[in-house]
Amino acid sequence: MAVFDLLLCALILLVAVAAIVGKGLFRAVVFFVIYGVLLSLAWVRLDAPDVALAEVAIGAGLTGVLLLGAVGRLARSDADEPAEPIDWPVAVAASVVAALLVGAAIKITPGTGLEPEVRAVLTRTGVENPVTAILMNLRAWDTLLESMVLITAVIGLWPLAQGGDWMEPAGPAHHAQPGGVLSGFGRLLPPVALLVGVYLLWAGASQPGGAFQGGTVLAAAGVLCVMAGVVRAPGMAAPAWRLALVAGPAVFAAFGVAGLAWGGFLTFPEAWAKGAILTIEMALTLSIAVVLALLVLGPPQAGEAR
Amino acid sequence: MIALATLLILPIFGALAVVAVPGQAARVAAAVAVLSGGALAVLIMAVAKGGSVQILPGGWGAPLGIALEADGLAVAFMAMTVAVTAAAIALAARTPAIGTPFWALVMLTWSALNVIYVSRDLFNMYVGLELLTLAAVALVATGGTSALAPALRYLFFALTGSLLYLAGVALIYAAHGVLDMAHLAEAPLQATDGVALALMTAGLLVKTAVFPFHAWLPPAHAAAPPPASALLSALVPKASFVILMRLWFDAVPDAATRSLLLTLAILGALAVAHGGVLALRQDRLKQIVAYSTVAQIGYLMLVFPLAGGGGAAQPWAAGAWSGAIFHALAHGLAKAAMFLCAGIWIMAAGSDRLDDLRGLARALPMTAMAFGVAAVTLMGLPPSGGFTAKYLMMTSAFASGQVVLAIVLLAGGLLAAGYLYRPMEALFARVVPDHRPVSRLLQAVPLLLALLAFAMGLFSDAVYAFLQTGRPGAAEGGL
Repeated sequence: MAVFDLLLCALILLVAVAAIVGKGLFRAVVFFVIYGVLLSLAWVRLDAPDVALAEVAIGAGLTGVLLLGAVGRLARSDADEPAEPIDWPVAVAASVVAALLVGAAIKITPGTGLEPEVRAVLTRTGVENPVTAILMNLRAWDTLLESMVLITAVIGLWPLAQGGDWMEPAGPAHHAQPGGVLSGFGRLLPPVALLVGVYLLWAGASQPGGAFQGGTVLAAAGVLCVMAGVVRAPGMAAPAWRLALVAGPAVFAAFGVAGLAWGGFLTFPEAWAKGAILTIEMALTLSIAVVLALLVLGPPQAGEAR
Repeated sequence: MIALATLLILPIFGALAVVAVPGQAARVAAAVAVLSGGALAVLIMAVAKGGSVQILPGGWGAPLGIALEADGLAVAFMAMTVAVTAAAIALAARTPAIGTPFWALVMLTWSALNVIYVSRDLFNMYVGLELLTLAAVALVATGGTSALAPALRYLFFALTGSLLYLAGVALIYAAHGVLDMAHLAEAPLQATDGVALALMTAGLLVKTAVFPFHAWLPPAHAAAPPPASALLSALVPKASFVILMRLWFDAVPDAATRSLLLTLAILGALAVAHGGVLALRQDRLKQIVAYSTVAQIGYLMLVFPLAGGGGAAQPWAAGAWSGAIFHALAHGLAKAAMFLCAGIWIMAAGSDRLDDLRGLARALPMTAMAFGVAAVTLMGLPPSGGFTAKYLMMTSAFASGQVVLAIVLLAGGLLAAGYLYRPMEALFARVVPDHRPVSRLLQAVPLLLALLAFAMGLFSDAVYAFLQTGRPGAAEGGL
C-alpha cells in the first residue's frame, strides 16, 4: 500500500498545482473537484472515514457546485481570458508557510491525542461512534456554534439579493424540458437520495455519518428537484422555510438551556443522551439541507430566466 | 453561572428569532439587549464578589470538553459589547435602509464575541473567530453595492488569518494532545511549538488588523453602514486581540522570547505612525475614524514587551497588562461613539465629507459634545479612560526602562490630536448648516457611550480592581 500512498500524494500535489496555474476558471474548478475527491481518498487511508465523507460531500461536491455556479454567473468565456500572472509575494508567502508545516509535520511524534480518554467515556455519551460523541456531546458547544456559522452563510448571501430583501424563491427560474433527461432524473433520484440521507443521519450514531453528511445528500436531492422543475425553489417569504432554516440550531440551543435544569449548560443526562442527540441531529439535518440548498440556488434573481 | 449561560445563549436565540420572524427584527434585538444588560449586571456582581465564573458545557471539563471562564477581562469586554451593541441597535432602529440581514448579523457578531471572550479552548476560539469573521464580513456587505469589493477584500484577509490560526492549533493538538489553555500551560514546550505559535500569532495579527496586515480595515469599516461600523471598529478586532493576550499570557507565557515580544511592539509602533498619518490625509469622517482604529490598535501591541515573557513576574507587569485592557475598552466605547455620530450626521447632512459637516455643532450640539468627549479619550487626555490606559502603560515603560515605548504613546497622542482636530474644526465652524433635524433622544446615544469611556477614567480604581479577577500570574499591586 505504500506505493499507492506515494502515488496518491503525488497526484494530490499535481492536481493542486494544476488547479492554481494555467488559464481558465472552469478548468481550475474541475481540478479543484478532483483534488477534493483525491483528498477524501487520503482521509480514508488515514482511517478517518467520517472526514472522508465530509470532504467528498462538502469539499468536492458542494464547493464544486458553488464554484461552477459562480463561474457560470461571471459569464466569461474561457477562450478570450488571459492566463492569470503568478502573484509572487503571495506565492512566496504560501511556500514559506507550506515549508514550515512540512517541517513541523516531520518533527512531530505521533501521539494518541485524547482518543483513549474519549473511548473511556464513550458509554456515557449516548452514541457509539466516537466522532459523533465528540461532535454532539463532548464538544457540543463547538457544533452548536458551527451550525450558527452555516446560517450566517445564508444570511450573508441575503444582502446580495436583488432589492436587498430576500423574499422571493431562491435562485434563477428553472425550466427543464418535460420528458428530458433532467426532469426524468429529477423524479427518479430524489426518493433514493432521501433514503440515503436519512440512513446517513441514523448511521451516524454508531458508524461514519451524521447530520452534516445526511444534510448534504438531502440538499442535493432538493436542488435536483428544483432544477428539474418538479418543485418551486424555497423562498424566505414562507414562514415554513424560515423555520426549517433555524430549526437545527434552535433545537440544539433549547436542549443546551434545558441542560441547565439537568445539571449544566448543554448537559444531557446519560439515560436521555441518545434521544436528545438524535432529536438534535434530525433538526440539524433539516437545517443543513435547507442552508446548503439555498447556498447552491443562490439569492433570488427576479424575472431573470436563463 | 446561569447569568453567564444567559449572556452566551441570548444573542444566539436572537439571531434565530430574527430569521424566523423578520418583521419583528428590531424588537427582538432590543429585547436581547435589555435582557443581556440584566444578566450582565448579575454576572458583574457575582465576579466582583466571588471571582471568576466557570461553565463546563456538557459537564465534561477540559481536556475532553471545553472550559469557559468569565474572569475580570472577559466580563469587562462583555460589558463593553453590551453597551456598544445596544447603542448601535438604537441608532439602527432609526436608520433608513437597514434590513433584516443587518439585525441577524448584529446578533451573530455579538454571539461570536461573547464566545471568544470566555473561551479557554484553542479550537473553540477558532469556531468563534469563524462565526465572527463571516458575520462581520456580511455586515460590511450590507452597505450596498459599493461595499461589496471592500467586503470581499476583508473576507480574503480574514480567511487567510483563520487558516493560519487553524494550522497552528492543529500543530499544537498534534504535539500536546490538548486544546485547553490551562493544560497547555502545564505541558512542556515541544519542538514544533515555535512554528505553531508563529502561525497562530500571524493569523491573529491579520484579524486584529495590525500593521502591515491592516489594509483591509479602513475601506471595509468606511463602507459599512455606520451602526455596523461601530461594531466592526470597536469590537471585532478586539476579539482576536483577546485571543492573542490569552495565548501569550495564559497558555504559553514561557515561550515568548524577547525578540518576538519586541517585534510585536515594533509592528504596533509602525501602526500608530502609519494609521495616524493616513488619518490626517482623509477627507471623509468615516475614513478618518477608520484609520484612527489602525493607529489605536497599534498601542495594544505595546503590552507584549511591557508585560510578557520574563517581564511577567516584574512589578510593572500588572500595570501594563491592565493598561492595555483599559485602552481596548476605552477605545471601543469612544470609537463606537464616533461612528454613531458619523451616522447621525449622515442622516442630518446627507454625507460624511468634512466640508458637509461644517457648522453642525450648532445644529446638533449633543453629538458634537459626544465626538469631543470621545476625542479626549482617544488622545489620552485626563481624566478619561484613554488617559488611565496611557498612564498605566507609560509608567510601566519607564519602570522597565523601555522609554522608546513611552515615546510611541506620546507621539500617537499628538497624531490623534492632529487628525481629530480637523473634523472638530469643521463641526465648530461659524456657519449655519443646512440640515435635517434629528431627535434629541437619538443624539444622546453616542453621548452616553462617550461619557462611559470618560467615566472609566474617573472610576479607574474600581475598573482596575475588577480587571485583576483571574489575571494571569496575578501579582497583586503592580504600579
